Amino acid sequence: MASQEVLREEPSRASLINDPKVRSIFYQCLVVALLVSGVWWIVHNTIVNLTNLHIASGFAFLRGRAGFDISDTAIAYTSDSTYGRAIIVGLINTLIVAFVGIITATIIGFIVGIGRLSQNWLIQKICTVYVEVFRNIPPLLVIFFWYSGVLAVLPAPRDSINLPFGSFLNQRGFYFPRAVWGDGSWLIPVGLLVGIAMAWFVARKAHQRQMATGQQFPVFWTSLALIIGLPLLAYVLSGFPVTFDFPKQSTFNLTGGFVVKPEFLSLYLALSFYTAAFIAEIVRAGIRGVAKGQSEASSALGLRAGQALRLVVVPQAMRIVIPPLASQYLNLTKNSSLAIAIGYPDLTATTGTVLNQTGQAVECVVIMMVIYLAISLLTSLFMNWFNAKMALVER
Amino acid sequence: MQEHDMSWVRTEMALAQPAPAGVTGFSAWVRKNLIASTGDTILTIIGFALVAMILPQIINWAFINAVWTGPNRTVCATVAQGGIQPDGWSGACWAFVNAKFGQIMFGTYPVEERWRPILVGILLVVLMVPMLMPSVPRKGLNALLLIVGLPIVSFFLLVGGAFGLEHVETARWGGLLVTLSLSFVAIVVSLPLGIVLALGRRSKMPIVKMLCVIFIEAVRGIPLITVLFMASVMLPLFLPPGVTFDKYLRALIGVSLFAAAYMAEVVRGGLQAIPKGQYEGADSLGLGYWQKMYFIVMPQALKLVIPGIVNTFIGMFKDTSLVTIISMFDLLGIVKQNFSDANWATAQTAKSGLIFAAFVFWLFCFGMSRYSMYTERRLDTGHKR
Repeated sequence: MASQEVLREEPSRASLINDPKVRSIFYQCLVVALLVSGVWWIVHNTIVNLTNLHIASGFAFLRGRAGFDISDTAIAYTSDSTYGRAIIVGLINTLIVAFVGIITATIIGFIVGIGRLSQNWLIQKICTVYVEVFRNIPPLLVIFFWYSGVLAVLPAPRDSINLPFGSFLNQRGFYFPRAVWGDGSWLIPVGLLVGIAMAWFVARKAHQRQMATGQQFPVFWTSLALIIGLPLLAYVLSGFPVTFDFPKQSTFNLTGGFVVKPEFLSLYLALSFYTAAFIAEIVRAGIRGVAKGQSEASSALGLRAGQALRLVVVPQAMRIVIPPLASQYLNLTKNSSLAIAIGYPDLTATTGTVLNQTGQAVECVVIMMVIYLAISLLTSLFMNWFNAKMALVER
Repeated sequence: MQEHDMSWVRTEMALAQPAPAGVTGFSAWVRKNLIASTGDTILTIIGFALVAMILPQIINWAFINAVWTGPNRTVCATVAQGGIQPDGWSGACWAFVNAKFGQIMFGTYPVEERWRPILVGILLVVLMVPMLMPSVPRKGLNALLLIVGLPIVSFFLLVGGAFGLEHVETARWGGLLVTLSLSFVAIVVSLPLGIVLALGRRSKMPIVKMLCVIFIEAVRGIPLITVLFMASVMLPLFLPPGVTFDKYLRALIGVSLFAAAYMAEVVRGGLQAIPKGQYEGADSLGLGYWQKMYFIVMPQALKLVIPGIVNTFIGMFKDTSLVTIISMFDLLGIVKQNFSDANWATAQTAKSGLIFAAFVFWLFCFGMSRYSMYTERRLDTGHKR
């Protein structure tokens, strides 16, 4: 007892300067003091500068009239709308280009990544050249290449290039027929939703039955039939309500149809091609990361090459692939801010215009940062959830 | 012991038989790599069709139909466009690149002062090449000269205003000069800063750790353009009235801070991969924190993450092209700016200029990635399975 008390009571032998705890507290106090004084200095300067410039701080400016036009709008917007709405239009444009870009980049990336591992020498070399070219040039350059190198030198609307299905390509963009939804066409999306729901249900039941009895069921073809068949049936039953508005050639321009502007097209193509090169490398690394014994064991079990890939190799490769894939998706979303260079009105571009018009630099940059951070956070949360779902379940 | 009848024993090695004709030579290679199965054959045919469709066009455009020299746009325009080429002609306009070469390299740096960036370039090569060759001795001195000496000398050479050199403001810098100097400084600044941030993130001091996490995650969550915007719009607001900041310096700060956050994550990966025993071993030897990091942990951690570090360098090198957007004229910016030169505006100008810029970027990035692969192999001491 006594000795223990002595131990507890014993004062620190080293001096206070050498006590790690004291040191750590001292350093942290120093950091906080430096930070606080730095922030105070910055805030003070900013306030002085803003007063000199006669700019009121705060977010009230978002309710002001924007007064500028936006070329690509997914929601109703005129120059009479508010600044806030202009920023939302930009945000939606960012999300659209990121979404379609991610899908395209994933498809190209998987094809190229698997192609790089192909036994076929020619395919392998083509895919390698693709990856090495696109990985090593800046995305902004790829965007400019599509925009001023390819799309800007297309023919004028008068001599548009004719493409199949009544589409046209000229320097004002890509024109294709627009679907006009007539009366009763609401049945079609309903049919699609019901089809997807039923396909999901069938897949679940088939899986349960296979687990219980070992009997297989052609899930893929049934799902395909349900997802395509039901909307088609709805289309026929509601009396062919969807008509197409074809773009028509007039003297100077094309009228009607749906037009994808060259700004969007070049941004979308550049982001997809650029990111696909990185995704291809990730996929390749993922597949090569699966031990060779796995594919050998599956062929020993009598699985064909395709089955082995689908049932054994790819599910394991996905575990390696998903985390870096998530960061590539985030990169693509962040790279979509390069839109400003060619004038596609994404979040950065519209917020930048608002910034120039109002001079509310601090608020606009804060809005931009908060939105991008929120997108990043949501994407990584989703990918973490997906990753946890796919992760190895240790038994 | 059993006796063997050793009436005949071969005294020479039997010569190896040549491989069967079916598994060697060109035809066997083709059979194995191009037409192994029906699917393979179809893929090969598609691949050949693709190559046959694209390659001749590229070669025609870039070499055969290309115009290499010429005084103005007429050499690169068709008759209909007011030039001398036949209608339907399509070829690279290298004459444009040729005519603008000085600008693409140095921007609007005064012509009579261009020996200064050239000298800096020569110094860079002279210091960089022995640094990259493992067999050349005196790496420490070399690194010191490259990382500390060169920036100081280049600063005086490029900016001027001292030692009788004429002052050249950074607004006149451009082209490859801006791209290389921005990325060199960003690399030199971001690696140590990234290491400090990574150590801070793994620190046991909660406030330091929190600050590092906030900085790293905030910077990684936003696009570089937003950072550059911030650097170009908000930095002037943060400074006392009257103090102005060079635009080049603002971009430099933006790019360096951005790269440092990414570098920090790469280095953290390396730190996490070092077994705990190494840290404990260093502690038991009585090393202090910085000694432990400098002698034991960092040499192992950095070696592990060389590919990641070089990837960050490559990313940074590519990202410097974004300063075009805040109206600085780097390699890409100057090429793009010259599209609007009425003297050279043709349908082929933009494509040619951009492909030249892409080639320059590609050379640097590809070189870096190959060098990193080489270093990785050289330093591989068997840690990896």
